[in-house]
Order: sequence, then C-alpha cells, then structure tokens
Amino acid sequence: MSKVTAAIVGSGNIGTDLLYKLLRSDWVEPRYMIGVDPDSKGLALAREAGVEASHEGVDWLMSRAELPGIVFEATSAYIHREHYPRYHDAGIRAVDLTPAAIGPFVIPPVNLVEHLSEPNINMVTCGGQATIPMVHAVSRVVDVDYAEIVATVSSVSAGPGTRQNIDEFTRTTSRGVEVIGGAKRGKAIIVLNPADPPIIMRDTIFCSLPPDADRDKIDGSIRQMVESVQGYVPGYRLRTEPQFDEVADGTGGTVGRVAVFVEVEGAGDFLPPYAGNLDIMTAAAAKVGDEVARHLVSGD
Amino acid sequence: MPYSDTLDVRVTDTSLRDGSHAKRHQFTEGDVRAIVAALDDSGVPLIEVAHGDGLGGSSFNYGFSKTPERTLMKAAVETARQARIAALMLPGVGTKDDITAVAELGVEVIRIATHCTEADVSEQHFRLARDIGLETVGFLMMAHSASPEVLAGQARIMADAGCQCVYVVDSAGAMVLEDASDRVAAVVTELGTDAQVGFHGHENLSLSVANTVLAIRAGAVQVDGSTRRFGAGAGNTSVEALAAVLERLGIRTGIDVLKIIDAAEDVVRPVMDEECVLDRLALIMGYAGVYSSFLKHAYRAAERYGVSGAEILLECGRQRLVGGQEDQIIQIAAELAKAPAPA
Repeated sequence: MSKVTAAIVGSGNIGTDLLYKLLRSDWVEPRYMIGVDPDSKGLALAREAGVEASHEGVDWLMSRAELPGIVFEATSAYIHREHYPRYHDAGIRAVDLTPAAIGPFVIPPVNLVEHLSEPNINMVTCGGQATIPMVHAVSRVVDVDYAEIVATVSSVSAGPGTRQNIDEFTRTTSRGVEVIGGAKRGKAIIVLNPADPPIIMRDTIFCSLPPDADRDKIDGSIRQMVESVQGYVPGYRLRTEPQFDEVADGTGGTVGRVAVFVEVEGAGDFLPPYAGNLDIMTAAAAKVGDEVARHLVSGD
Repeated sequence: MPYSDTLDVRVTDTSLRDGSHAKRHQFTEGDVRAIVAALDDSGVPLIEVAHGDGLGGSSFNYGFSKTPERTLMKAAVETARQARIAALMLPGVGTKDDITAVAELGVEVIRIATHCTEADVSEQHFRLARDIGLETVGFLMMAHSASPEVLAGQARIMADAGCQCVYVVDSAGAMVLEDASDRVAAVVTELGTDAQVGFHGHENLSLSVANTVLAIRAGAVQVDGSTRRFGAGAGNTSVEALAAVLERLGIRTGIDVLKIIDAAEDVVRPVMDEECVLDRLALIMGYAGVYSSFLKHAYRAAERYGVSGAEILLECGRQRLVGGQEDQIIQIAAELAKAPAPA
C-alpha cells in the first residue's frame, strides 16, 4: 500500500525531530522539508535522508508538481495563520504544532478519532500533550470541578518561542485541560529548571474529586491511559503511584484530590532524551499523521 | 547615589505577600487593613500584597487563598495614605491579565519574579507594565545559585525590557555576607544608571539584616523586609530591626523606628499564627539552598507520609528544585515513605 506523502514546514528543533519520527512511519512518507535558512542543520539532515529540502519557504513547496497530502507546521502561530489558507485551497491536510489553534485541539488518546476528517488539527502545547490525558483519565470516571497541571521543563529545552509567549502556554494549556481534559475549570503552571545535567520533563496533574470517588477505579483509569500514551511516547511514565488526599480548599473546608506524577523521557531522535516536552509534541504529531494517513488511504 | 532626595534606601515591606506563606494564604481583609494601616503610619513607603506565590498563585500546588487576592489588594489600596501598594507576579503562574487587573485596582508597583537564570520569560510582562504606567521591579530568585557575572547578565535582560530596579533575591536565605554584596556589586556595575538594584533576604542562616547592610554598601537602594519577619522559611529581614540598624548607620529610610517596633508587636504579631523562627527545617533550607516557601509544604508532607522533613528538604536541594516546584515535595515524600528504613 502506498504511503501518504508529507511536508514538514519549519526546519528547527521540532521540525527536525519530527522528521526522524516520520521516517519510521508505516503510513506517512516525508517527502519535503522546508525552512528559511540555507545553513539549517535540519535541511541538511533531511537531504541526507533522501528528503527534498529547500530554504525557499512555502512558495517553493506550493510550486512542486506533486503536492503533499499532509503538511506538518512547526513554525510559529503567526506564520501558520499566513500559510494555512494556501494549504487549504490545495486540499492539503494540516497538522499544526504551533499555538495558532485554527483547528480543534487534539490529544491522540482522547479525541483523535473524532477529528480524523478535519482539514486542520492543532497539537495544543507540550504541557497539554503530557497532562491532558491524565485529566481525561480522571474525568471519564468522576466529575472533575477543577484540574491543575504543573509542567517543569529543563531551561535548555525551552526555546525562545516558549519564553517570549509564556502566557500563551499557560492560557492554551488551561483551556485544553477544560475542553479536552473534561475539567470544569483548568489551570496551568510552567516552571523552567536550569539544573545541569538537564532534568527530564516532569508533570504533575492535580484533579479535584467528588466525596464518593472510587479511588481504585480512578487509579485503574490513570494506568490504562499511561499505557495508551506509551503507545506513541515510550518514555512516558508514572514517577510514583497516584496520590489521593483530602486537602484544604482555602475556605476552611477540605476537598478530595488526586495527584498524578509523570515524567516524559524523549526518544532521543534529534533532541536529547531530557527534552521530553519537545518529544511528546513531535510524537503526538506523528501519531496524528499516521492516523490521518490511514484514514485517507482507507478512503472513508 | 541615594534612592531619592529624601531617602537613602527604599524599604518594601512584604509581610502581606511573603507572610502569606507563613499564614498558609489565609489572610482576611481585616488582617490586610490592620497591617497596612500600621505600616503606613510608621512611614513604610511601599507595601507588597499578594498570594505568597504571586498573582494567580491560589492553587492546589501552592495552597488556595482564603480571600480573593484582588479583594485584599483593593483593601490595601483603600487603607494606605502615604504608602504605595505593590504586587508580585511570576511568569508561568500569573499572566499579563493579572497585571492589568491589579493596576486597575490602584496597585502602583509590579514586581516580576523569575528564577535567576530565566529572566527572558519576563520581558513581555515588563513591557506591558511600563506601557500601562506601573513602576517595575524585577526579582532574580534563588540568586545564591548563580555567579555574580550570570546575575549581571540576567539583570541586563530585565532592565532592557523595562525593569526599573533589579533585585538580587536570596530566596533560600543561603547567602553569607559577601555572597550578597558581591552579587549586588556586579549587578550595580552592569546596570549603571539604567536601573536601580535591590536586595531581598531571608533569615535561614540568621544573616538577613547583616546581608542587607552589606548589599546597601554595595549599592542597593531598594531592600525588602517583613515586619516581625512575617515571611517564608525562618522569615524575612526584620523591617523593625533593619530600620533601627540603618538609623544607627545614618542611612535614611523614612521609617519611624519606635512606631514600627510597636506595629510589629501590637498589630503584625496578632495576625501571625506563630512566630517565624529559625528551627531545624528553616535552618536546613539556608544550609542546603532550598526555596523558603517550601517550608510549610515540607512540614505537611512529612506529617502525611511519616517521613523526615529534613530529608525532604535535603532531597529538594540535591535535585536543585527551583521556586514553583512545590509539587515535587509530595513526590519526594511519597518516594521516601517507600524506601526501606535504614538498618
């Protein structure tokens, strides 16, 4: 069976790591890689791997005789908003790794199947990919009035995009915790840690619980979801058992809470293993690409 | 160069922000009105009010506030006559929306805090703050963990983004004398007349007043303290002690020493659940370089998991946790509880 062809737009860290993952795909064939810097390491690596690469931007891509079936965009929100109408007019599916959020948020084990026909799919944020599956694992068992996630990433893995737009990370992630995670109210916190050697991405997910919550059932749901994520991010794991508590609610009462501690070790493709925050983005995007390609090939 | 024509240094009282940690974020509007009135009457020029972890800090991770922070800030603004009101925010916890909202309440000074090597996450917030007419202060937290040269470079990033005074912040209370003055001096040299330099100390090694004096001698013109040391860890630099010491040294703060001594005893102490003391865990924070606001979390986790609070904090130091990583305290305690007891 022929694979669906793809282009990666953006030849930085994310785009290049994604290239490695797509080269292993059974469903997607990376055909083009596009950047803007002729000296880009990502473009050189793409050529070595037999992928046509150009620094002449998206104009070059759109002038190819054979256009790709899927574009993975790893540039910036601003640039994706500019590019997307051209992809759309040409009938190219877009998987958006920027915060542009033109299409629906997708967290593969939670809602990918609902969105396989969407022309544009948005990958939320790295913190969202790492934590929203856990919020959903709890909210599919009990009502979650409030969920809060704390993402800690190594300083060296937080690029200028994240740093200059840190509010966008917290806002987008907290919205994803609500919309996809299923919490009535969400909050996201991000912390950068400069320890050397760099720390592996750590995420803590706190969910409020109703008084009669079935802890065993929640624990089981969390473990099941960890396995689902491990299907496309092998380095995703619990650091300790989910912790159940009654904690102060601030106004003199208490509230039930489960705390889930995960770490995300990257596959070490282009990026070092501690950069699990970047790896989970590219791994999730590759997973979306695979499923969209299967869907396109099967023709429904 | 003095802070202004009338003050050699400007003291900021942070008992209603750093004290929020000691109070487990349970301040009431009445607490705020009482303390602001007393500090204002004593001549304290700037009073910081916020959740201990800054705007938007009310959370599972840091502890939920009893009273919405904007209610507390509004009360502070209404109560102060000569003093101005400041708020703290940490990029990654709060957002630009929080800054805009408190500016509308009458908060005049925004203090924006990052870990001491991560200043560039604050640029967007400084720019916004200046655009809307706020006075700006930058906090380089856990400054003991970076060299004077690194701090100077990070201070430059803040100043270029619109920060008017960069603080060397000894969040762990881990600095010993020249640790403070060398860092302040490096930042003063870097910033020149582009921005002022400040110092924020904690009492975890019993050196906060001494470190603050050395910081002033090295060129700091803004310094922090908390009346009655009402703050995180073993508490902050005592404003009343600092005011007395600086008066003896002929350094003008505008604070009436006898009035602030009374305020500490008669107004601030009754709001505190307990004195901030240099007990075992607080001392270990200074010794191991651990973020002061981890103290109450470590006590709680030690009790919940039946493990040693000292071991938790030492592990926090070994893992080089930074401010904001309170969640890891639970994980560390849960792991310690699983480890076999020593033979």
